[in-house]
Amino acid sequence: MQAEKSGADILIEALCDIGVDTIFGYPGGAVLPIYDALFNQSRIRHILVRQEGGAVHAAEGYARSTGKPGVVLVTSGPGATNAITGITDALMDSIPIVVITGQVATHLIGTDAFQEADTVGLTRHCTKHNYLVKDPAKLGGVIHEAFHIATSGRPGPVVIDIPKDVQVATAPYKKPGPIEHRAYRPQVRPETALIEAAVEMLAAAERPILYTGGGIINAGPGASQMLRELARLSCAPVTSTLMGLGAFPASSPQWLGMLGMHGTYEANMAMNKADLMVCLGARFDDRVTGRLDAFSPQSRKVHIDIDRSSINKNIRVDLPIVADVGRAIEDMVKLWKARQHPKSDLAEWWRRIEGWRARDSLAFPGGGKEIMPQAAVKALFAATRGRDPIVTTEVGQHQMWAAQHFGFEGPNKWLTSGGLGTMGYGLPAAIGAQIGNPRALVIDIAGEASIQMNIQEMATATQYRLPVKVFILNNQYMGMVRQWQELSYAGRYAESYSDSLPDFVALAEAYGWTGIRIEDPGDLEDGIARMLAAEGPVMVDCVVAKLANCFPMIPSGAAHTEMLLHDAEVSGEMDDEAKALV
Amino acid sequence: MHIKEELAERHTLSVLVDNEPGILARIAGMFTARGYNIESLTVTDVSEDQSVSRITIVTSASSHVMEQIIAQLDRLVPVHRVTDLTAFGPHVERELALVKVAGRGDDRIEALRLADVYRARVVDATTASFIFELTGSTDKIDSFVALMREVGLVEVARTGVVAIARGAEAA
Repeated sequence: MQAEKSGADILIEALCDIGVDTIFGYPGGAVLPIYDALFNQSRIRHILVRQEGGAVHAAEGYARSTGKPGVVLVTSGPGATNAITGITDALMDSIPIVVITGQVATHLIGTDAFQEADTVGLTRHCTKHNYLVKDPAKLGGVIHEAFHIATSGRPGPVVIDIPKDVQVATAPYKKPGPIEHRAYRPQVRPETALIEAAVEMLAAAERPILYTGGGIINAGPGASQMLRELARLSCAPVTSTLMGLGAFPASSPQWLGMLGMHGTYEANMAMNKADLMVCLGARFDDRVTGRLDAFSPQSRKVHIDIDRSSINKNIRVDLPIVADVGRAIEDMVKLWKARQHPKSDLAEWWRRIEGWRARDSLAFPGGGKEIMPQAAVKALFAATRGRDPIVTTEVGQHQMWAAQHFGFEGPNKWLTSGGLGTMGYGLPAAIGAQIGNPRALVIDIAGEASIQMNIQEMATATQYRLPVKVFILNNQYMGMVRQWQELSYAGRYAESYSDSLPDFVALAEAYGWTGIRIEDPGDLEDGIARMLAAEGPVMVDCVVAKLANCFPMIPSGAAHTEMLLHDAEVSGEMDDEAKALV
Repeated sequence: MHIKEELAERHTLSVLVDNEPGILARIAGMFTARGYNIESLTVTDVSEDQSVSRITIVTSASSHVMEQIIAQLDRLVPVHRVTDLTAFGPHVERELALVKVAGRGDDRIEALRLADVYRARVVDATTASFIFELTGSTDKIDSFVALMREVGLVEVARTGVVAIARGAEAA
């Protein structure tokens, strides 16, 4: 007879069997038995955040930067509801996390008990899957299955809701063998015939483009290596979504920069004029496509994605391939080499691309006595590129400037909230990334508005002596909102001014951080150097030009050929059709 | 500004799922969350060990959206298989209705006569009312209910469509 363990002990045991060594969490009434079990062991390290939303973003940052699933532990009711934004964020960006929530005891469920919320009901549509475990004997199996689901196929968040009595009741636990789910079997291997067709199309194309996304990052570092190989063999230009940055080195001459709403002129024009687009682990998001009927109108389209529902969702493609994108690219590379396809002659295509590149679409006007935010990002990049930093961001103009002007050479270095666009993501994500990569330089490029959404997590960094660097581009506006109001609402800046800002330097010092203010363009380099030289966490308040706009920009609902560049006359009023688009 | 709508066609989907708590909410909620339409939905356990349920969903959408509905159903973790019976081809669709009619005199006789034509069975009777039980296609039940309106319809209960592929094989 196997000795029985409490549900809380089963949870710890199962997490250890899975290889979990870090949990981000916040205690509360409905998880006290689990916290007591954590207290009595030393195999799992618990990182105490200051609000549950911070725990989920930290787990996302940990997962994205390490390739391992992030784990969150929160209490019932408000603990679970606070976690929901982060859970939705992880769903949209396909980040593997497992969120364990406490629940009121089974006999109290449905009675409006203290701190009761219908967590499985609330999270049903913002998780990849979720569970309410009412039987401690099933707990171990559910935990193993949850990690399998979170990390396989298209990754995503999984919630396990555990009532308090199930944490206390006892049952036997044995580590299960490999998970064979009855219904869930993601298709990982690509069909050979489809790979052959894709290779033939790519070899025959005169104007090909590789359009890559976050799926390549999720497929592991090997997928990024294979992408480089495929690009080398095919000579095709490479562009990427926001989520895919780093999969292909920004220093490569084949790199066109990011595409889409704030992508480069050359990336969007190449997309528009290509005769073949190979979409690798991206999902034709509206921020990428712009007006659908004008998106890459001349191209035949190959789409490789592990999620069948991403195929033909927004854009009809000619050759859909459901598979792990890393495997598929590897198969393409092998086949290309086996067939000894000659290097394609894309000289004419590259000549056109160089013409578009010559427009220098990321150029920006000088700021005179003010620091231009783009210049600040470029200076930050120049000062840190030798140290292979991990960069997180909040959401808004600063995020787009970071994506445009910070060059990434490898995967898992760029952590940003792409799909959901969650302000307040960057600081906790940086904390999670620093926990997972203790020696790395981790920088949160932030805005003065976004940073306030999870500013309480400064204390977490202090507590665990995490040397994260928060670099605030402070323009005293919710900049992207203000920019849209300038472009679409004739400059009526409704509620987008960041009034009553704290003194960020004093705030930093209050939390035990180093605070630095940079106001003069001449002090930019020195200020960054001081930030990098400081040992612990640093908050830099970089005061930048207030009304700078983020260009290039494809207005919502416009075609890729209708980009606004810096010299454009842009202020005005949009019609209702345009106003209805986000 | 006006919101455009696409042309929709009606499809019957058969979905085999793990028979677990919340599965109906998961499926119905996915339809609402993504703005898909449900005309009818039935669900019952269909396996020997009560582990698998069959959900029959009648939905209408453009062909492009229909492809998405199937893919979105298929990616739900507890879903085993999704079959679009309308696209699959020959299949049988049936609905059951209970129809309560009240009346006296000629209306009462006419109701009974029509019920006979539609092969509806009387499953309850009082001196002033009948309950008819009727199975058949959605169209047949629609037209029976329309006729009963003229002779004293009180209320109707319908199961929604259940459907299965024709022939010897499982679809």
